Amino acid sequence: MKISLTVNGKQYAHEVEPRMSLTHYLREVLNLTGTHIGCDTSSCGACTVLLDGVAVKSCTILAVQADGCEVTTIEGLAQGSDLHPIQEAFREHHGLQCGFCTPGMVMTAVDILQNNPNPSEEEIRHGLEGNFCRCTGYHNIVKSIQHAAEKINA
Amino acid sequence: MGNFIGKSVKRKEDVRFLTGKGRYTDDIKLPGMTHAAFVRSPYAHAKILNIDTSAALRAEGVVAIFTGSDECGNYGVPCGWQVNFKNGETMREPQQPLLAKGKVRYVGEAVAIVIAETLEQARDAAELVEVDYEELPAVTNPKEAMQDGAPLVHDQWPDNRAFDWCIGNDRAEVEKALASAHHVTELEYVNQRLAPNAIEPRSYIADYNVAEDKWTLYTSTQNPHLIRLLLCAFALGIPEHKVRVVSYDVGGGFGSKIFHYTQEALLTWVTKQIGRPVKWTADRSEAFLTDAHGRDHVVKAKMGFDKEGKIVALLADEYCAMGAYLSTFAPAIPTYLHGTLFQGLYTTPLIHLDVTAPFTHTVPVDAYRGAGRPEATYLLERLIETGAKEMGMDPADIRFKNFIPAFDGVNQPGYQTQVALQYDSGNYAPVLKRALEMVDYENFRKEQAEARKQGKLLGIGISTYIEACGIAPSAVVGALGARAGLYEVGEVRVQPTGKVSIYTGSHAHGQGHETTFAQIVADKLGISIEDVEIIHGDSEQSAFGMGTYGSRSLAVGGSAIVKSIEKVLEKGAKIAAHKLEAAVEDLEYADGKWTVKGTDKSISFGDVALTAYVPHDYPEGVEPGLDFSSFYDPVNFTYPFGAHIAVVEVCPDTGKVTLKRFVTCDDVGNVINPMIVDGQVHGGVVQGIGQALLEGVVYDENGQMVSGSYMDYAMPRADDVPMIETDRTVTPCPHNPLGVKGAGEAGTIGATPAVVNAVVDALWHLGVRDIAMPLTPARVWAAMQGKS
Repeated sequence: MKISLTVNGKQYAHEVEPRMSLTHYLREVLNLTGTHIGCDTSSCGACTVLLDGVAVKSCTILAVQADGCEVTTIEGLAQGSDLHPIQEAFREHHGLQCGFCTPGMVMTAVDILQNNPNPSEEEIRHGLEGNFCRCTGYHNIVKSIQHAAEKINA
Repeated sequence: MGNFIGKSVKRKEDVRFLTGKGRYTDDIKLPGMTHAAFVRSPYAHAKILNIDTSAALRAEGVVAIFTGSDECGNYGVPCGWQVNFKNGETMREPQQPLLAKGKVRYVGEAVAIVIAETLEQARDAAELVEVDYEELPAVTNPKEAMQDGAPLVHDQWPDNRAFDWCIGNDRAEVEKALASAHHVTELEYVNQRLAPNAIEPRSYIADYNVAEDKWTLYTSTQNPHLIRLLLCAFALGIPEHKVRVVSYDVGGGFGSKIFHYTQEALLTWVTKQIGRPVKWTADRSEAFLTDAHGRDHVVKAKMGFDKEGKIVALLADEYCAMGAYLSTFAPAIPTYLHGTLFQGLYTTPLIHLDVTAPFTHTVPVDAYRGAGRPEATYLLERLIETGAKEMGMDPADIRFKNFIPAFDGVNQPGYQTQVALQYDSGNYAPVLKRALEMVDYENFRKEQAEARKQGKLLGIGISTYIEACGIAPSAVVGALGARAGLYEVGEVRVQPTGKVSIYTGSHAHGQGHETTFAQIVADKLGISIEDVEIIHGDSEQSAFGMGTYGSRSLAVGGSAIVKSIEKVLEKGAKIAAHKLEAAVEDLEYADGKWTVKGTDKSISFGDVALTAYVPHDYPEGVEPGLDFSSFYDPVNFTYPFGAHIAVVEVCPDTGKVTLKRFVTCDDVGNVINPMIVDGQVHGGVVQGIGQALLEGVVYDENGQMVSGSYMDYAMPRADDVPMIETDRTVTPCPHNPLGVKGAGEAGTIGATPAVVNAVVDALWHLGVRDIAMPLTPARVWAAMQGKS
């Protein structure tokens, strides 16, 4: 099937198999390997991207479902060499270790703060419920998002 | 302390991870690359009667299919540690074949590999491979595996025992002391099987280059050189200098990516057969089925006390599963990394542990974060806590009573345990004191009593631990059965402009070596941290190194780098002396320059570097260049320790445990980067909490894994845990140049018993004495009803 979509502000059109997931499309066709695959049950959140501005697990979206949509991946978040405030906060507060869950965490955090600019710790933890991290114990991820919120609101 | 050591320097590696530019193995694409899928056994134990690949071979895109009947079926991966029987008999060591031959011995064992142009085609074709099995009875529990009539995992041996082992004092003497003890606490429990679950699944690409007759293996490993050695010298018998093993970014390891897996060797064999690169990345189900698991001990243990609460003896019998084959370090885990920690922080005079290690019809069991030490700490800390409560003593007081008195390993000697090890330095009371202060222990007891009146169930649980990191020296671990050395290599290449490249045999997969190692180098050389680059993970770049596990990188790998820097400074001083027309003894090095003492005559590190590579005006008898490599083989392990305290609330209606607070005071020796050490503790603690409350691999009676996905295996999520409150004391390691001990595993070692102790504390007045991990609401509720 033929699809056309915008990814990180760029237009793409490709012929894809109907069974191809959006994750595979991003990784294999567009070579955007920042979006990761950590499971096959839509449980880990490593593949989270923004689809028309909303965080989705790209492993549960077929590439064909993204036809006509706007997708933002981790590669599209920074403005040139200026990190997004959430990326900056993760760096500042050690919100990542091995980095594998990080793109999904950051994209989820974008969504959390979009919907709730002043989340409580509990709300942040609830918002991260769909994303696994095995390294950080979530402590510094939560801290990073709290600080990012402060910075964005300042 | 210099400009960098001891500071929370932000990580150099972060920007690439935060912008999606990490280089994980699955991100790599090679020209002409094919994809592999496996046909795996649906049975825990079965004879393979026939494999029909004809339909699969005709499927679209299929390049090749191999089974155990092909040449690759003659190869297997080796075990790297030999633990012989108590009576001296040699460990039973089945070869783990690259593809099953004749029989399958666990669910998920590979019987065929299908190579195709695309991953989808490989998977589609794998479904067309028809395998006829004759199912046989299976045994997955290590204790049941030792019962008469248990199904045999390997027919060539009369029982399933891989080896047995013991450590400590004479068993009869320990039993006698227990018989005459004032009080004996006894526990029988299972330290359950865990799936390590690094979020990046294992991934490999093998690429044979005909023109050069060379292989490159890209692999998600914690130790590329070790993999190259095992692959070349033991698995396939191919020349080591013809193989490059590359491991760029790795998405978490936790032990599970130490081991040489069959897929690494098989893909390396396959690429030469098909003349094209081949990639395989595990999906999560395959990770559950085939990554080496951790723990799985069935335990019976007794601790005897005198009437003051001093421990007089400790005795344990354990059945520790090995799985169907011996994974790389499997035999070491329930033995030398477990029994040797039975002294804990206590002065226990008599200790004995007997281990039986059987084969089971399961995936192999090996090191998982902590590896043997969490199991030892769990045993000690559940026993002492239970003992205190049974005797009506305070669980904190009883620990203070039993602590080994402080020793720094310099003015006082190291502490000789009853279980072979000699601790380097320790000062145990302050960590517990500090943790108790942080949690406000005194007030908590009042709060708990008050809450109980209102029907709320609060509990507090303590755990104090010791761990052994950076296991060494090589000669000692060799005598204990290791088939490898445990040193590390660190090479410093000073570039002509004074910039520094460091090649380390350590491997980072989340630990932040690119930052911490650079902090050390920048401080020692007095240069900018931006002028230091850490290079790791490529067997053709650094010399033969041992990799990262067992919290060894800083203590061993960091020390190797320090040794090389000392050599750089020593040679640099000769060049500086020549340029400054002074004697070496008259120079001092600080802030990146050599200065003639008492004068303003100096020469910078950069100028000396340039002189070393442009040696026009140069000291006689000194070689050009400023590169040094060192191998560091420590004289002893390092012994970090700490105290962890959990506060929980148990819902009286559902049994659900809510973790209210988690407090740690750890002592990991000197700290290079506090931010990173805290991060290691946070993550480790949450993995430890995971074992206590959520995680467990479950095989059913047929040997089917019923917890083989994230839908079935519960891992801690952000809303399962609180913020982790950390503090530290500092007792330097007396025997390495940095005074560091290691921090990677402290969390998983300390946390688990603290949580279980806290839940039991909340329910003690209801008669609850123990609950099997993981402490799910159903189990806790049943225990509250007297049904555990």
